[in-house]
Amino acid sequence: MTRSGPLRPATGTEAAGAPLATRVPLGDLGTEVAGLTSRGARFAGLFAIPDPSGTRLVAVSALPGSLVVMESHVPAGQDSFPALTPMVPAAAWYEREIHDLFGLHPSGHPRLDPLILPLAEQSSRPDPMEAAGPHAGPGERPGEGPYRSNRPAELDSTPLPAHLKGEGVFTIPYGPVRSGVFESIEYLLETAGEVVPHLRSRIHHKHRGIERSFEGMTTADAVLLAERMEGVASVAHAIAFCEAVERISGATIPRNAELLRVVHAELERIANHLDSMIRHTEAAGQAVAFARLSLHKERILRLVARLCGHRFGRGVVQPGGVLGPPRAGSSEVLTALERIEASLRADTDLLMRTPSFLDRLRGTGVLPRDLVAAHGALGPVAKGSGQLDDARLDRPYAAYARLGWEPFRPRDGGDALARQWVRLDEIWGSFHLARQALDEMVEPAPWHVPLPDADGEAIGWAEAPQGEVLYLVKVEQGRVTRVKPRSASFHNLAIFPAAFPKDIFTDFAFIEASFGFSVAGAAG
Amino acid sequence: MPWITRGLSEGVPTSRYPRQPDGYGPTWFGSVAVRSQQDTGREIVTGQVGTGSGRGVVECPTGAISAAGSQITVDRGRCILCARCIGNEPGIFESDPSVEVAVSGREMLVVVDGDSGPALGQEDDARLIQLQASLAKRTRRLHRSIHIRHVDAGSDGSEEWEIAALTNPVYDVQRLGIFFTSSPRHADVLLVTGAGSAGMLEPLKKTFDAMPSPKVVIAAGTDAISGGLLAGNYATSGGIGEALPVDVWVPGSPPSPFSLLHAILLAVGLLPARSAGATDSLDTTRPSRRPNQRRRTGRRAKRAPEGQGQ
Ligand code: SF4
Repeated sequence: MTRSGPLRPATGTEAAGAPLATRVPLGDLGTEVAGLTSRGARFAGLFAIPDPSGTRLVAVSALPGSLVVMESHVPAGQDSFPALTPMVPAAAWYEREIHDLFGLHPSGHPRLDPLILPLAEQSSRPDPMEAAGPHAGPGERPGEGPYRSNRPAELDSTPLPAHLKGEGVFTIPYGPVRSGVFESIEYLLETAGEVVPHLRSRIHHKHRGIERSFEGMTTADAVLLAERMEGVASVAHAIAFCEAVERISGATIPRNAELLRVVHAELERIANHLDSMIRHTEAAGQAVAFARLSLHKERILRLVARLCGHRFGRGVVQPGGVLGPPRAGSSEVLTALERIEASLRADTDLLMRTPSFLDRLRGTGVLPRDLVAAHGALGPVAKGSGQLDDARLDRPYAAYARLGWEPFRPRDGGDALARQWVRLDEIWGSFHLARQALDEMVEPAPWHVPLPDADGEAIGWAEAPQGEVLYLVKVEQGRVTRVKPRSASFHNLAIFPAAFPKDIFTDFAFIEASFGFSVAGAAG
Repeated sequence: MPWITRGLSEGVPTSRYPRQPDGYGPTWFGSVAVRSQQDTGREIVTGQVGTGSGRGVVECPTGAISAAGSQITVDRGRCILCARCIGNEPGIFESDPSVEVAVSGREMLVVVDGDSGPALGQEDDARLIQLQASLAKRTRRLHRSIHIRHVDAGSDGSEEWEIAALTNPVYDVQRLGIFFTSSPRHADVLLVTGAGSAGMLEPLKKTFDAMPSPKVVIAAGTDAISGGLLAGNYATSGGIGEALPVDVWVPGSPPSPFSLLHAILLAVGLLPARSAGATDSLDTTRPSRRPNQRRRTGRRAKRAPEGQGQ
């Protein structure tokens, strides 16, 4: 593998495991990626970067310890490329997304339905990415200037066509406006009776054009947008974005900043896992457990606000470090953590011994291990089926390499219950990591370093509560000119229907909660 | 310990807001305020306070800050509370710890220096009284219990967490007769989050149309008000104001549960005339409003029934 290419970080001082791009001919990209996955690599994404001479296709695969980045070029004027999906099925959603946004046709793709931008008619395609390249000049703020004044996309609003035919077949459209306080997503359940043989989802209703809004921003502004890509995982997204920016400039951030990033990322993980468990208890009608877990989640969000002034930890992670020291002393935070953990343990010990609760989760939404491995699923969804990849351990960033870990307990039941156990294990692990990080912070110390100006491209990553987040970032003259965030929610949602091989309709809420995805993060 | 006695040992966690102040409010900040010139003790001249970018006073990521001569305004409807202005120019901007940030008119979110600003005076007061009257007329039949239909029109997902938090034991809005409903036909209040993504505009309008009149629309969060950082791109419509007639605007990114509760109570006219506020200060790390700024506070208190717990 040649150690060169446009994705090479700007300096040679970056940590081992930094991604380096290998150029491969367009026709070979699929075989090369398939070759990697057959040797145990995990397919992590396929992204497009427009440039004046066409479009670059960047394929990212993950190995323990590193990311392998390969890239091919689609010349300007060519509107198709050989699809990877027939060889790498996990690429299916990525190619649909590239088709929607860039108008590039992945030839040979088995099912090229629109995913995030179902346009009313082909001719009205706004070519959302066409202006990429020259960054926005001064004065180009949101809502001003030609750069951002694309006419709005006109969407095709026809409902999903039914797939199943025959007598006694019911189709149940569900969403995009949900019952209850949930993010908007559309499902079509096609069922012959109590069994759910066929489920499809549509996420485009929430597509917000985030990638396009990134373009032309300063890195300081862009991190604020990264925090809003998947609002419940703001810290992880901010870290992944900043890791990429810091890799481009070759900077090493202060130790304290790395530790504070860990504290916030782990508190965010606890809150997200509690949210998933809250939804399980709600669906199971466990009113007291619902109230108790909701209270614990509120306590975590309040602790985050106590640390930084924002309940979701926004504004903490900035390119070059963190905003500043936590507003609360370590001892106060440690005491609060200890109280919350003790109280939470008492509640979850009881919950996980409540048969009426466990019965609803056991055997529900089973994801076979080989499917999870083949798709390269992420986060608790993968860990519940025995796939233990975790960016914090396998490709350590921030302060994770220096902190002590409690070993993962293998959970390979593949059902909602296994995923629930994974989340519980991770919650205790998060308390452990946050405590260590708080202990190691020393004052006075720098919290932030100025980043030297540097142009370049890099990939940053972080393990969000939903799984690995990737940020492909390109910086030119102090502005970001291309940002491609990839959330675990996007990657995992593609196999969501596979968790419904035979479950009855009433299991739906459990299976959805056990995936724990964010629609905002998936739709972009 | 069986489930039923769980938590009793930890005491009652439920907030008594709005009847009594809640001590938690000010640990995050509710909104940005512009200090009065008297406080800063210097003449504000745009060129001097700018960061040299030539873009305005501070490089606000959403363009919420504007300056005309020495007059500085902050549009809270565009502010995502990044705190950059406060960090860069603490002599001009400060954090306002009140969580009672909901208002009944979009223009009311544009705040100016308390002493030199074009006073949001007579006209606005009169307009508010009129608005309140029409709100009251529209919500009169709701005074027993209120049913809220939430629609996500392109949020980042955090708003949904904060809305869901209203049903947790701390906020426990059921105690106030507030319920969430899945059927638009039973809903009195439409609580909308998100920047107005193209794919949600039609479902949003359909939900609105399916609700019986009178109905109240709340734009929840800076994204719903103005689109926030997403304003002006191909996929969002810069807030939901163009799609629906919005009655109450509650900024924040996301708005805190107390702010959402304030918006709901304002929308249905259930805010106590002199709410004690959720703002008594436990947190000493935030700059708090100083006494000589009460003048402006008092005026806001008249516009949107809001008190300060200080
Ligand atoms: S807090 Fe941030 S978004 Fe709000 S006005 Fe200040 S700089 Fe602008």
